Amino acid sequence: MTPVTAGRARPAHVRRRRRFSAAAPSWLFAAPALAVYALIVLYPAVAGVVYAFTDWSGIGRDMSFVGLENFRTLLADEQAMGSIGNTLLLTVAIVVVQNGVGLLLALGVHVKLKSRALLRVIFFAPVVVSPVMVAFLWKYIYNPDPSAGLNGLLGLHVDWLGDPSIALWSIAGMVVWQNAGYSMVIFLAGLEGVPRELHEAAMIDGAGTGQRFRYVTWPLLAPALTINLMLSTIGGLKLFDQVFAATNGGPGYATETLSTVLYKQAFVFGKFGYSTAVALVLALFVAAVSLIQVSYLRSREVAV
Amino acid sequence: MRRTFVLEIVMIAVAVAFLFPVYTLVSLALKDPGQIARSPLAPPSPPTLDNFASAWSAAALGPSLVNSTVITAASLVALIALGSFAAYFLARVQTRLGYGLYVLFLLGIVLPFQLGMIPLYELVNDLGLIGTHAGMILFYTGIQLPFTVFLYTGFIRALPREYASAAQIDGASHLVAFTRVVFPLLRPITGTVLILNAVFIWNDFFTPLVYLGGSGYETVPVSVFAYVGQYVSQHGLVFAGLVLGALPIVLVFLALQRYVIKGFASGLKG
Repeated sequence: MTPVTAGRARPAHVRRRRRFSAAAPSWLFAAPALAVYALIVLYPAVAGVVYAFTDWSGIGRDMSFVGLENFRTLLADEQAMGSIGNTLLLTVAIVVVQNGVGLLLALGVHVKLKSRALLRVIFFAPVVVSPVMVAFLWKYIYNPDPSAGLNGLLGLHVDWLGDPSIALWSIAGMVVWQNAGYSMVIFLAGLEGVPRELHEAAMIDGAGTGQRFRYVTWPLLAPALTINLMLSTIGGLKLFDQVFAATNGGPGYATETLSTVLYKQAFVFGKFGYSTAVALVLALFVAAVSLIQVSYLRSREVAV
Repeated sequence: MRRTFVLEIVMIAVAVAFLFPVYTLVSLALKDPGQIARSPLAPPSPPTLDNFASAWSAAALGPSLVNSTVITAASLVALIALGSFAAYFLARVQTRLGYGLYVLFLLGIVLPFQLGMIPLYELVNDLGLIGTHAGMILFYTGIQLPFTVFLYTGFIRALPREYASAAQIDGASHLVAFTRVVFPLLRPITGTVLILNAVFIWNDFFTPLVYLGGSGYETVPVSVFAYVGQYVSQHGLVFAGLVLGALPIVLVFLALQRYVIKGFASGLKG
């Protein structure tokens, strides 16, 4: 539209023809979407960053800039710092186990079993259910009563959500149960994209099952792995509903995550400025992880 | 052959173990309090439907289903309309500004909504839309637009330009070429957009809790949350409420499972 390409002038007739066939629709096509997006996402996010440097209490417009005060408070706040550790541990546990389980399920279901269609539906079904409802179900499954739920099934006597040393892992467990099917279908789509000829060629060359997986399937699963790792990492970092419904951060602060801390700081303690500072830290974690994963994982993807 | 058989047995065993929570959910919903206390793991004998009747009215599930349906359907219409139009521009424009705009939209995918949560609440409150369907529809349209635009743009870029050009040579405007020729060709990605956004909006919890809590316009997850809080120790009632709350989306999933799974599996290919 603007003649920014003046340096690389082309003969007039070529330019005109190209401009005709490539004529883009008017920017008005994007205007309504941009307006809603700016109002609902961009403006609040920018305002949020500004609030992170204020002492706003959420009542009225009365606030003053406090510089890095909120971040200094954060560094000295044991509960908030603990929540960063919890968030990272929970995310790592979810990412590793969910994708491991998802991959195994995908490999199992990818084989031409008689029940594969049914199995796929069963493993995927929890994905479409509200995470809050799944959390309420698992709250009962994790009942400390030795005759009920998981304890009853396994003959154990464990206080899954009440023991501070395992509560976080119990939450990871219910998240994995709900989302493993999601990882599975993405890996399955990846597996279906692996050309049969490559397997046959490897088999003719004498490669065993393990070698075929290591040298044929695994490298070609890289795009699916990228998507899965991104989705589960971002989901893990932002996790709120399940923690809120199952433990609300307890016992003590054992399962407090960045999301629950920023929720409580805002809606329980009325420290809106501090809450948005915590949200900004969460945003930075998400942005950093996304950037690292995209650039690293993309670099090991190969073209089929 | 024999290896496939062994694998089949193993996978079925895994599926049975995987279904244990679902068995617990359904069997408890069908038991009276006495049975739950005496034999929490055994199947219900005899099964009772009393819990369901009480849960349906106590959790106000009828009105919540209407609220969820209205909010989800209206948000989907707005998302598809705004998203596909914007993506048509973003996929075809070749200026730096256009590319910058596309990147600006993508930013919204990684930005955690918590960052803008409080200013957004203020904004919706100033607009007088807290506790209304309109407020939620506006929220979901905005928050899901980046992802919707991303899906549509990727799809349109892979679509030959000739379709629209042919219509334009015949004298159609961009608007007509898009609505009559291009949009119908977007059906596969529109399906994906529909499924992924519908599942997200239907199940979303935090924002409707904050925006709609106590308004009488609660969505299903918010109603179930309030209901469970009230009947916390009466497991039969709680679980009947959970079954009823989850049933609509599970039924839709079972009816459309092939499309839903495909949508989730393909929707995020960058």
